[in-house]
Amino acid sequence: MDLTYTEEEEDFRARLRSWLAVSLPKLPPKPDPLDWPGRRTYDTAWQRMLYDAGYAGLHWPVDAGGQGATPTQHLIYLDETERAGAPYVGANFVGLLHAGPTVAAEGTAEQRARWLPPVLRGDEVWCQGFSEPDAGSDLASLRTKAVRDGDSYVVSGSKIWTSHAEVADWCELLVRTDPQAPRHRGISWLAMPMDAPGVTVRPLRTLAGSAEFAEMFLDEVRVPVANRVGEENDGWRVTMVTLSFERGTAFVGEVVACRRTLCELARTARRNGCWDDAVLRRRLGRLNAEFRALWRLTQWNVSEAQNTGGVPGTGGSVFKLRYSHARQELYDTAAEVLGPDAMDLDREWTGDRLSSLSYTIAAGTSQIQQNIVAERILGLPKGR
Amino acid sequence: MDFRLTDDQRALRTGLRELLAGRFGRHALRAAVDREGTVDRELWRELGAAGFFALRLPENEGGAGLGLPEAVLLFEEAGRALLNGPLVATHLAAGRVPGAADGARVVTCATQLRGLIPHFGDADAAVVIHGAGMRIRCPEELPHARRLRSLDPLTPLHRIPDGPKAPPRPDAILLTAAEQLGSAARTTEMAVQYAGEREQFGQPIGGFQAVKHLCAQMLVRTEVARAAVYAAAVTEDFTEIAGAKLLADEAAVQGARDCLQVFGGMGFTWEADVHLHLKRAWLRGRMWLTAAESEEIQAEALASAL
Repeated sequence: MDLTYTEEEEDFRARLRSWLAVSLPKLPPKPDPLDWPGRRTYDTAWQRMLYDAGYAGLHWPVDAGGQGATPTQHLIYLDETERAGAPYVGANFVGLLHAGPTVAAEGTAEQRARWLPPVLRGDEVWCQGFSEPDAGSDLASLRTKAVRDGDSYVVSGSKIWTSHAEVADWCELLVRTDPQAPRHRGISWLAMPMDAPGVTVRPLRTLAGSAEFAEMFLDEVRVPVANRVGEENDGWRVTMVTLSFERGTAFVGEVVACRRTLCELARTARRNGCWDDAVLRRRLGRLNAEFRALWRLTQWNVSEAQNTGGVPGTGGSVFKLRYSHARQELYDTAAEVLGPDAMDLDREWTGDRLSSLSYTIAAGTSQIQQNIVAERILGLPKGR
Repeated sequence: MDFRLTDDQRALRTGLRELLAGRFGRHALRAAVDREGTVDRELWRELGAAGFFALRLPENEGGAGLGLPEAVLLFEEAGRALLNGPLVATHLAAGRVPGAADGARVVTCATQLRGLIPHFGDADAAVVIHGAGMRIRCPEELPHARRLRSLDPLTPLHRIPDGPKAPPRPDAILLTAAEQLGSAARTTEMAVQYAGEREQFGQPIGGFQAVKHLCAQMLVRTEVARAAVYAAAVTEDFTEIAGAKLLADEAAVQGARDCLQVFGGMGFTWEADVHLHLKRAWLRGRMWLTAAESEEIQAEALASAL
């Protein structure tokens, strides 16, 4: 049980910290949260800065163009960038955290050479075409079909909850290549260019007001067979590689952000008199214990990952379950502190409160995560 | 940074788990219930011989010279097994009260529960903790102590009027949290095992999502508490220790309640061990630091960080 960082890790932190101090002021002003093209420009500019400084793809393997950093260094990176107020991955989320690592792990040499460098440089943005109207949490029931025709697949169907679809160049697409096979087989993973004829994107407005995801309609879109990552009909296994990355590391930086928000919240409460309300004060206190523990759980998961080759395990589900609820509690408490101002959409935290509602749904609902914990960690029988 | 247990720490934990499995299995547990929680002196001495109480004493004082992280692992095992007796108080008294370190004497503490002393009739000494120091008292010096019918069948309690107040010692808080953690882990296991065996409507009840979700939440609470307790043992930061107690109390109490729910009617009987975990968890939840006190400490930390 050692929570001290090695000298090498502290050096890494110090170098990163000085680079952030010099580099962050060079960033253009933050775009409006609802302006997705603006956000793409901003996020990819940040990615380019990371690339030029040698921080792009920090935790990707070196032979994939990454830095081969240890999970602990990645943790330090997320900690420091969040503390410094640097942008999060944003529009590069799918490319850096899902599609990229999947191509790096499962792609051929040609595929890695074609797709990975532009993600690292911030030249190309990816989106995720997994969910369908009838296949959200029950991903294996997806129906979008791909029929082989010479060197191409002809893809027809529709996708939904496709984050960043409007501004993406590529889509990591799950399609059914063998309708006769059992549900989890017969699925393949394709890289689909978003400008291919037959792709129609219709943005979906969220309850938070933004259009961060979209519906996508695919009408006989031709995707080269060479764009398939992994074997035909082996896409489910390929996808599980991707999802373990998503659940394991996607929320690390956000815990740091929540701790910062909590401190700001306490400051506001002291200023406006809410601090004298013992119920509210104790609620803030409990959140302090909660987010501190979640940070320790993160360190625990990272220590485990470091010793299992870097692929995060099922510990990610435990973390995500607790974190998603804690985040909602944080912003509900913020609304209590704000009082009537919580009804003002222009006030700080109001938009975050709305966004927090998605955390128990996205990337596997809390109910699905509880099934995963019960069946895969606790070994309870599958059933209804 | 490697937060995981070292090989030595794992070996230490395994050693005590095996000792308790052999010496304090279900039969011994129920025997302890039958004698209303009085301490098994022979087992107490065996724990002393195994270094349970002297663990953190320096080697030249007959201890093992180990730290709070190791002590936490041992107290977690004690909590799993529902081992009874004033474990934390005797551990704290080792090196100060003669006979505590080797388990020859049973030492309780007068300031861990407001107005109540556990295991008072059984104890050779009751200590009052003032800050880092201690003052020793004998049971005869507190003639007003009255025995009450304890909620927890494994912890006899005496009420003392105007019981002394003292600020809680951080290590006492943390070791109690470690016991809660062990109890939370154990009730999770019990629920999972029962849910996998008990059949209703033609299938194990663990196949039903409603039961699964209870069990999953038990594990989530336990693992969050574990991260908090282990980290607090390493940092020895008082706010972190108080937070660990808060989360471990919740994991133990809610875990036992959920376990009782999974056991259904059987869980409500005296025969099942679930109620013993719940009652002890309730009691420990009031020891040293209550949830309200811990939350105020957290709030204070937030305010002073501004």
